[in-house]
Amino acid sequence: MNLAIALAYLVAAVLFILGLKQLSSPKSARNGNFTAAAGMVIALLATLPLLHFTSTGATIIVIGVVIGALVGTIGARMVKMTAIPQMVALFNGVGGGAAALVAVAELLRFGEHPSFSLAFPSVFSIVIGSVSFAGSMVAFAKLQELMTGTPITYPGQQLVNGLLAAAIVGFVIAVLAIASVPFSFIALMLLALVLGVAFVLPIGGADMPVVISLLNAFTGLAVAASGFTLNNFALIVAGTLVGASGSLLTKMMSDAMGRSLVSVLFGAFGKVQAGAAAVAGQEGRSVRSASAEDLGTLLAYSQRVIIVPGYGLAVAQAQHAVRELAEVLEKRGVEVSYAIHPVAGRMPGHMNVLLAEANVPYEQLKEMDEINDEFKNADVVLIVGANDVVNPAARTSPGSPIFGMPILNADQAKNIVFMKRSMRPGFAGIDNELMFDPKTMMFFGDAKESLTKLVSAVKAA
Amino acid sequence: MNNELLNEVTFFVLAIFIGIEVISKVPTILHTPLMSGTNAIHGIILVGAIVIAAGASTPVNIAIGLVAVILATTNVVGGFVVTDRMLEMFKGRQAPKAAESKTTAK
Repeated sequence: MNLAIALAYLVAAVLFILGLKQLSSPKSARNGNFTAAAGMVIALLATLPLLHFTSTGATIIVIGVVIGALVGTIGARMVKMTAIPQMVALFNGVGGGAAALVAVAELLRFGEHPSFSLAFPSVFSIVIGSVSFAGSMVAFAKLQELMTGTPITYPGQQLVNGLLAAAIVGFVIAVLAIASVPFSFIALMLLALVLGVAFVLPIGGADMPVVISLLNAFTGLAVAASGFTLNNFALIVAGTLVGASGSLLTKMMSDAMGRSLVSVLFGAFGKVQAGAAAVAGQEGRSVRSASAEDLGTLLAYSQRVIIVPGYGLAVAQAQHAVRELAEVLEKRGVEVSYAIHPVAGRMPGHMNVLLAEANVPYEQLKEMDEINDEFKNADVVLIVGANDVVNPAARTSPGSPIFGMPILNADQAKNIVFMKRSMRPGFAGIDNELMFDPKTMMFFGDAKESLTKLVSAVKAA
Repeated sequence: MNNELLNEVTFFVLAIFIGIEVISKVPTILHTPLMSGTNAIHGIILVGAIVIAAGASTPVNIAIGLVAVILATTNVVGGFVVTDRMLEMFKGRQAPKAAESKTTAK
């Protein structure tokens, strides 16, 4: 490798590391993204002088970059804030697909008897890249609600997945040992795609961010493996950085949900759901619903109000309306704070992002550990489009799929106002006892409209 | 094991440790932006895609090269742009001075 190129790759690697470092602190996160992007530009530019372009090659690269840049920019710019998790899944999947294709092209070039040190990383990249591609597409389809978000399970599923994995390992050995089998890696790729789909199908929508993070780490490893195939230092370092930090991040995300990674991947979240629980729960029990005027009065004459935002707030784009309500209340001397559950919404940090957009003062946003002891002093807790994160079943019923997940102690407040569109269960697909609590009042409707009604009711009170 | 491979394995192992160390203190609210940022970084596969596409001559290689470049570019560009969109929501409450330091970061 040319010295100048090697040095440019080193600079790029340093920028990636600095970028990651900055990305892990709120103050510098946005700069971190720019730093990493600068590293990317340097790595790309440094690669070009090394290559011998055919005219066809140059043409397809230009066409490919233009198409990819358009798709990427438009996709990332147009997507609604609520749809960002699936967008990340999509961008991750295409990266995995690209890594697999690069490895396929290299294997084709090596011919029939590549050395082990080249064939092994290629095959690894094909398998992991394909799993990541197919798995990410399923994750995208689930979050985009192109297919059901609830786990898809069938008897013997683990066995089938196990056999698939075993077949892949067998193929890998065959390709490596008897490398003369032409195009056997195509079969390997197809098997890996099937495994990717089968692997994500049984995982519920609520666990998708963790799965996307895991597949992200997979893609990183596939990229690193392609780097070994191409003897490219930039690919190895950047891919490995992502593989390692992505693995740790996956663990941290599942910890934040109070679940082990194993139960996320193999536990079929929400399997014991809807059917039995929802029917049993709603039969013969009534919920109390309240008018905007009642609630306006209740809120206006409270001293402490805690707002618990959730996915419903994001869907209704009600972040400005909720801030308005908080301001009206504060004018009357009511103390308002927001309780942010680590996984409220459909990705960690979702609520912080939305509320920051609406200029909610940062000091009012309280993390779960910070605020959980204060619920008992709150006069009203206002739950806006959240559900599973306040479900007491996580504490009380060991059979529940969310048992053990840390929740907000909303049930300890003196009054509970549940703003929801309907009685539908939350994303985990289970019923919420809290709605039937005698202290609870339901206020049905779209979160944005309901909040606007409450604002005028508070003003009138 | 030749020298080049030995070097590569060394980089690989060291990068594992750095990758773990560098993000070990990330707060929960940054989990998703960080995931998205690392997602953009593995778009470096675009370098690989360009390498294989550059010399493509057979129809199969041309097709693979083209698709690989499209997918990898989508990963890089979409990844960084979507991460920036998430993070610009945080800007309201941080000192504006942070904004200019990045241009000097090379």
